[in-house]
Amino acid sequence: MNSIKNRAALIAEAAKKMNKEVYNDSQVKKIITPRHELQRQSSKVVSLEEAIKKSGLKDGMTISFHHHFRGGDKVINMVVDKLAQMGFKNLHLASSSLIDVHEPLIEHIRNGVITQISTSGLRGKLANEISHGLMKEPVVFRSHGSRGYAIKSGELHIDVAFLGASSSDPLGNAAGFSTSENAKSICGSLGYALPDAKYADHTIILTDDLVDYPNQHNAISEADVEFVVVVDSVGDSSKISSGAIRDTKNPRDILLAKQAAKVVMNSGYFQNGFSLQTGSGGASLAVTKYLRQGMIDKGIKASFALGGITSHMVKLHQEGLIDRLIDVQSFDKVAAESLMNDSKHKSVSANEYAAMLEPGSATHYLDVVILSALEVDVNFNVNVLVGSDGIIRGAIGGHPDTAADSALSVIVCPLLRGRIPCVVDEVTTLITPGSNVDVVVTEYGIAVNPNRPEIKERLVAAGLNIVDIKDLAAKAHSIIGNPAPLPFGDKVVGIVLNRDGSVQDVIKNIVE
Amino acid sequence: MEIKNASAGTLESGDILIQIGPSDHDGVQINLNSTVAYQFGEQIKKVISQTLSELGVTNVEVNATDKGALDCTIKARVTAAAVRATGHDVWA
Repeated sequence: MNSIKNRAALIAEAAKKMNKEVYNDSQVKKIITPRHELQRQSSKVVSLEEAIKKSGLKDGMTISFHHHFRGGDKVINMVVDKLAQMGFKNLHLASSSLIDVHEPLIEHIRNGVITQISTSGLRGKLANEISHGLMKEPVVFRSHGSRGYAIKSGELHIDVAFLGASSSDPLGNAAGFSTSENAKSICGSLGYALPDAKYADHTIILTDDLVDYPNQHNAISEADVEFVVVVDSVGDSSKISSGAIRDTKNPRDILLAKQAAKVVMNSGYFQNGFSLQTGSGGASLAVTKYLRQGMIDKGIKASFALGGITSHMVKLHQEGLIDRLIDVQSFDKVAAESLMNDSKHKSVSANEYAAMLEPGSATHYLDVVILSALEVDVNFNVNVLVGSDGIIRGAIGGHPDTAADSALSVIVCPLLRGRIPCVVDEVTTLITPGSNVDVVVTEYGIAVNPNRPEIKERLVAAGLNIVDIKDLAAKAHSIIGNPAPLPFGDKVVGIVLNRDGSVQDVIKNIVE
Repeated sequence: MEIKNASAGTLESGDILIQIGPSDHDGVQINLNSTVAYQFGEQIKKVISQTLSELGVTNVEVNATDKGALDCTIKARVTAAAVRATGHDVWA
């Protein structure tokens, strides 16, 4: 006889060998609740306070956030208020970026709730206070790609991630949009939050639309989520296209965009199947509009557009001019909705978007990137973080990642903004090294990095106005006069990391 | 010279709003609020007082709100405000 009873001894022996228990059928009980009821509940759904307590968060630990709602974000202030109320101190806040709306953090820094910050950028009053020496520890600035990789590698270890999502089921399958009729918000891609969700010790999803399991098209998987917190609102979607993102009507920006489009079209990289990215800033975003006509005229189609995806990109995609959209951050509502509805519009995590050391980073396959700048210097170095007044007012974003990895990087910036020169002898802070910057487009002419003589040759042949970048700096200087030196102090308020993880520059405080 | 309250300029980027009014004090008193105060505050004040002095305007209070105007713009706005404040047309 070979029944299971006869094999009992052998089963026990095998279990012993494998250091396992023997299966016990009497312990198994079926759950008989109708499944549609279970789809709406889970022990993971708790209050914010409970989630924080159960996560085991302690003083001195690192908490993280994403900034996909940009100026409309409500999660960071809500969570840090709660943490302050619960008496936490000495926390390290690691957000993918911080914007004007995060001004209330100033009080939490003063009260010792937050004592360390890692981010891609800082704006508004918070940036101003930090530039004046608000914090004891300098803020650590990373590009989006290097933040993603630092989280993966453990260099930036996250204890608890608080991630806002426009929909989540009770198990934590979460997305930056909701297909339910109760949808309250939409931010599109959750690309910057994906490394956090995956590698944080504890991940808490905050959502304003708890949907039945399974939440399809989820960006974040339940496997990475420990708690789900339902809140009134995670963000105001109407404010996504604020901060650095605007659709320009400024005639100078339009002129710059047209010139930049001509640079791209005559660069040698404007070929069927090319790939494209545009950075934030009015002129660089507007370039897409003018490239569109060139693509139609010459019958050229792009294989993909990358990055912050805008409504302009979506339009070209829908017209068949761009095959796929790879979206780490949806720059407006149209882009966010397209991500929800279009299977050729996919989100990508920050790490797989732009990390130097990630072999499959999309930026490695990027032909052309068009970026803005606060300052460019005569050695083609770019600053996008610190204003010419020495005060932090921007974000690194993917600037150094895309400039380094693309075949052609084009910077668009006016010669002057008011009385502030944008082409200078030396940038206030080094963000993107000049060795990665190929072309600078201004309204007074186009400068080409001497490292790229072949590009210069092609642009000259196309009849574009090519000038020496030193002449642009001299021209700016002659118009504005001699600025007084900035009143920098001796305290380091910010550290800028290169995308390879090395320390590239420091930002000193401003003394008034 | 009788001085009335007068202004010239806008708050647009690259412009400066100059408001001139009578003052009890001797000389020119300038209150400057500028987005580029760090680098150009002294230069802007210098251009304002030089322009007024060339026009022979004294004993005024000037409130200047600057959005990064160049020297030529500052001079033009101060001149226009002074003409309106004094009623004396320097272009005639």
